[in-house]
Amino acid sequence: MSIWEYANPVKFIRTTDRILPWVSVAAVLCLVTGLVWGYFFTPDDYRQGSTVKIIYLHVPAALMAINAWIMMLVTSLIWIIRRHHVSALAARAAAPVGATFTVIALATGALWGQPMWGTWWAWDPRLTSFLILFLFYLGYMALWSAIENDDTAADLTSILCLVGSVFALLSRYAVLFWNQGLHQGASLSLDKEENVADVFWYPLLVCIAGFVLLFVALVFLRTQTEIRARRSRALLAREGRT
Amino acid sequence: MIALLLRDLRLAVRAGGGFGLGLAFFLIVTVLIPFGVGPETGLLSRIAPGVLWIGALLACLLSLDRIFALDWEDGSLDLLATAPLPMEGIVTIKALAHWITTGLPLVLAAPALGVLLSLPPSGYLWVLVSLALGTPALSVIGTFGAALTVGLKRGGLLLSILVLPLYVPTLIFGAEVARRGAEGLAVQTPLLMLAGISFGTLALLPFASAAVLRINLR
Repeated sequence: MSIWEYANPVKFIRTTDRILPWVSVAAVLCLVTGLVWGYFFTPDDYRQGSTVKIIYLHVPAALMAINAWIMMLVTSLIWIIRRHHVSALAARAAAPVGATFTVIALATGALWGQPMWGTWWAWDPRLTSFLILFLFYLGYMALWSAIENDDTAADLTSILCLVGSVFALLSRYAVLFWNQGLHQGASLSLDKEENVADVFWYPLLVCIAGFVLLFVALVFLRTQTEIRARRSRALLAREGRT
Repeated sequence: MIALLLRDLRLAVRAGGGFGLGLAFFLIVTVLIPFGVGPETGLLSRIAPGVLWIGALLACLLSLDRIFALDWEDGSLDLLATAPLPMEGIVTIKALAHWITTGLPLVLAAPALGVLLSLPPSGYLWVLVSLALGTPALSVIGTFGAALTVGLKRGGLLLSILVLPLYVPTLIFGAEVARRGAEGLAVQTPLLMLAGISFGTLALLPFASAAVLRINLR
């Protein structure tokens, strides 16, 4: 029994079929609980007022936007090294989800920045690197959809993902070069003295769990769809009806 | 390798179009900027380093799809791939040829265009240095993008979407060197970072480009 068993599409679909309903239900539960708790049952921040509640969408979305890319990086590596098709398809399935999370993070950030910083957008290091991350997602998805041969597309996008990761990191440190910027530093670390207050922390934790589960559910679902679409294409091709 | 380089250079010069096109584009972009932002000298001299860098970057981008497209169409790329020369070498030479035909003229033309943008006198040297250091990175990164999109019909637009995010670090540090130089500040840190990016991409990215090209020729 190893993790590579799930490289078999049939096995993957069977297992995820069994997990998917639970993950979806848990995701919905966590999101509803977290958001309702966060929006209606936490006090307003004494300085930020009720705008602080944007945190329940902004932080989890930003977190998952980065983690989705990291997941794509790992699955791309698996595809390059061990050539499991499910892995490549999972990377493909994760890209639009990650891009959406990036957009959510950017949009909620703009909505938050307007009342707090007095501006929708600033060329701040964190904001800029998220914009660049979004561009990488766009390029990655565009390359997937532009190439007709599935294996070629998987190969090329994997390499793009690897090279893109290096350059995304470089850009991250390059924009730090400008200045520290408007965005606050990390305030959710486990090892820091000064973090957000517990009142905001627990519902936020539930929201983060909800976003993680949502991501997992969407990726499972989309990967299954990709596998089935490819299988139906193969069946049609075998019958000679391309 | 040298024969391949000479062949590429000869093709670029004699086939027309490619050689002067980037330079002309660079000229037009920089000339259009004052029309767009107004002829005020103070403003122009402040944005001049950035404008020169953006212009050079766009001019570089414009000629990228020519790196492999012609060789792909007439099949000489397949011949090159079966030649004893390793693919990494081919890719590096292609990038070098692109730099000599596009990057180098841009570097040399930049100070002349700086006059049009009333670049401060202290800036000429650093614009020249930063472009000379940075444009090889642009060519090498661009070769990677060109290798990714080589077989595609509508590769041009996709190429720019793929390559522009990759250009970000080079642009930031390059423009920073030029800006600090023009304002008479210390340039050492961004200069070192720019050199690091240039040599790093030159050393590593040909492997990725070669891998990509092998996949596309499969």
